[in-house]
Amino acid sequence: MDALDVLESESIHIFREVAGEFDRPVILFSGGKDSTLLVHLAVKAFAPAPVPFPLLHVDTGHNYAEVIEFRDRIVDRLGLRLQVAHVQDWIDDGRLAERPDGTRNPLQTVPLLDSIVDHRFDAVFGGGRRDEERARAKERILSLRDAFGRWDPRSQRPELWNLYNGRHAPGEHVRVFPISNWTELDVWRYIRREDIELPSIYYSHRREVFRRDGMWLAEGPWGGPRGAESLESRTVRYRTVGDGSCTGAVESTASTIDEIIAEVTASRLTERGATRADDRLSEAAMEDRKREGYF
Amino acid sequence: MVKDLLRFATAGSVDDGKSTLVGRLLYDTKSVLADQIEAVRRASVDKGLSTPDLSLLVDGLRAEREQGITIDVAYRYFSTPTREFVLADTPGHVQYTRNTVTGASTAELAVLLVDARHGVVSQTRRHAAVLALLRVPRLVLAINKIDLVGYDEAVLTAIGKDFAGLARTLGFTDDAVVTIPVSALVGDNVVDRSEHTPWYDGPTLLGHLESVPVTGPEIGAPFRMPVQYVIRPRTDARHDYRGYAGQVAAGTVAPGDEVVVLPAGRHTTVASVRTADGPLDAAGAGRSVTVLLADDIDISRGDVLAGATAPPRVTDELDAMLCWLAEKPLRPGARLLLKHGSRTTQVIVGSLGERLDTDSVSYVDAPAQLAVNDIARVSLRTADPLPVDDYADIRATGAFLLIDPPTGNTLAAGLVGSPLTLTP
Repeated sequence: MDALDVLESESIHIFREVAGEFDRPVILFSGGKDSTLLVHLAVKAFAPAPVPFPLLHVDTGHNYAEVIEFRDRIVDRLGLRLQVAHVQDWIDDGRLAERPDGTRNPLQTVPLLDSIVDHRFDAVFGGGRRDEERARAKERILSLRDAFGRWDPRSQRPELWNLYNGRHAPGEHVRVFPISNWTELDVWRYIRREDIELPSIYYSHRREVFRRDGMWLAEGPWGGPRGAESLESRTVRYRTVGDGSCTGAVESTASTIDEIIAEVTASRLTERGATRADDRLSEAAMEDRKREGYF
Repeated sequence: MVKDLLRFATAGSVDDGKSTLVGRLLYDTKSVLADQIEAVRRASVDKGLSTPDLSLLVDGLRAEREQGITIDVAYRYFSTPTREFVLADTPGHVQYTRNTVTGASTAELAVLLVDARHGVVSQTRRHAAVLALLRVPRLVLAINKIDLVGYDEAVLTAIGKDFAGLARTLGFTDDAVVTIPVSALVGDNVVDRSEHTPWYDGPTLLGHLESVPVTGPEIGAPFRMPVQYVIRPRTDARHDYRGYAGQVAAGTVAPGDEVVVLPAGRHTTVASVRTADGPLDAAGAGRSVTVLLADDIDISRGDVLAGATAPPRVTDELDAMLCWLAEKPLRPGARLLLKHGSRTTQVIVGSLGERLDTDSVSYVDAPAQLAVNDIARVSLRTADPLPVDDYADIRATGAFLLIDPPTGNTLAAGLVGSPLTLTP
């Protein structure tokens, strides 16, 4: 087996373990490349039967239209069930307040935890990878969260062989990361091998963008351009897809998978370092958000 | 270019420079990108250091950076043109058994670090004993800080000889152990060959990691597959389809093979081995597949499919080695849960046997109870019969977890049989 076969088999094994041991799993699906990969692997794990659990998207309302269109089309094509938690609903009824900086990425945590409680989800699949960030490198594949959704990195269960321990008390849930051991390059090489469709914004296109904190941000309801910032037309693509307020585009002419793989291989920045303002907040930004229940 | 994948672990005691070695591997294979290097450079300046501290690349949690220690197993990824690597980086001092057992459980190779100035110390013996117990097939003894002993060949020879005695006691064959003099700080023999060790004609660390076989002993073993899930589409077109989903744990399976379903003991023939991409001629250890059988037999999650000619034994009484990982002690009579393959069952702990003293690398008298980090023989009685192999024969079907029923916490790593025989 080559490296991609090994990773695929490991991920499928994890999906099947969780399907066998949990009552109400759910896959977090944003339409981004990692969660699209998750859905692809879930389909392969249970074929020819349908995927035995639904999808959940926490929609900040700041998503790119192309991604939402893609999300709905994929759900429809694969015959899956999608629940959407709109951050806007939480803002409208006062459970959440808009932040002064307009970013809604940190606001996803409460709707996520509320949805987990409301739907009594006991296992939540996410597309986190250990190569993304230093705090993630210590995350388990099955990671217990308390009733507040908190991660305690100092009391994680040891994870031995491929024997995953998913025991949890009522009210607790387990986060599951089937692609923990994949790197960004593995994801792209597998997308090429399997011919997996992605939202168009991953590929190079012309877009009106403005410069902020060293990133190219798109115009949108999240504010901007402001002050001295001005829109200009650039040839860009996205390496990650998240909340529009903090997900930047990179200048790129990579319009095919092969060109993207060449670009990722040569890149001198990690995908989060290049394009995610939320991880620039502090050295321990990801660790802090994970402790509070973020994915 | 088809790449394969090697999973390996690193182990070493506190100041052997393991984080620096791992940082060096990542840095010299260009697996560290500009923003990560910049973060390390800034943090190093803040700490008043004149050169970037590569160990900062791998200390992930805030407490680790503040205290300058590594708490938990961390997973690292890097690749070369021919191979991808998954590295389980296991810290040495706190919870060393727990961390080393965790890292070693999935490793096909372990890099054991010693400090060239100190040689084989008690931590080295402990780590080597755990790696031998977990039956990691290959070992690299990396003699680090060779620059601090003036690149003296005699140091390498002496430490190598000292370790060879330990390795023999632990049952490692001579060709399973490779000794490499390195300096993680300077970079000697990690990725690039050192000019300072002309007397050394072996591989660099990375060169060795790139050339060792990635396949473990499971490939040649008899077929084993715990059934994880029964796939039943229940559509008109596939009304009678029953696929048994699992990952081949050992051996290979092919259409026409005679298999036995355990613990029930029913024999049948493999009709088809499939993935979502279609039927396979055969599937080997590690591959996730769906197996269709010729006969309609009642099979559910927790059952094991095995080759009919060399099946595992089915038993509700196990003699095993336990690595006790929990703070709360284990006493005979404890009622716990046991997870083996895809089955979880109740278990009662019988008597405790000899304890493996990892400092002296010898078996000592049975303790009254097991404390955290203890490794000892134990007898167990399970509520359901289990199809097991000796861990020494097949790791996947010889391994189990013990779980605390009230908290759900993982208490112990279990290994069926006597996986570590000491040769005096």
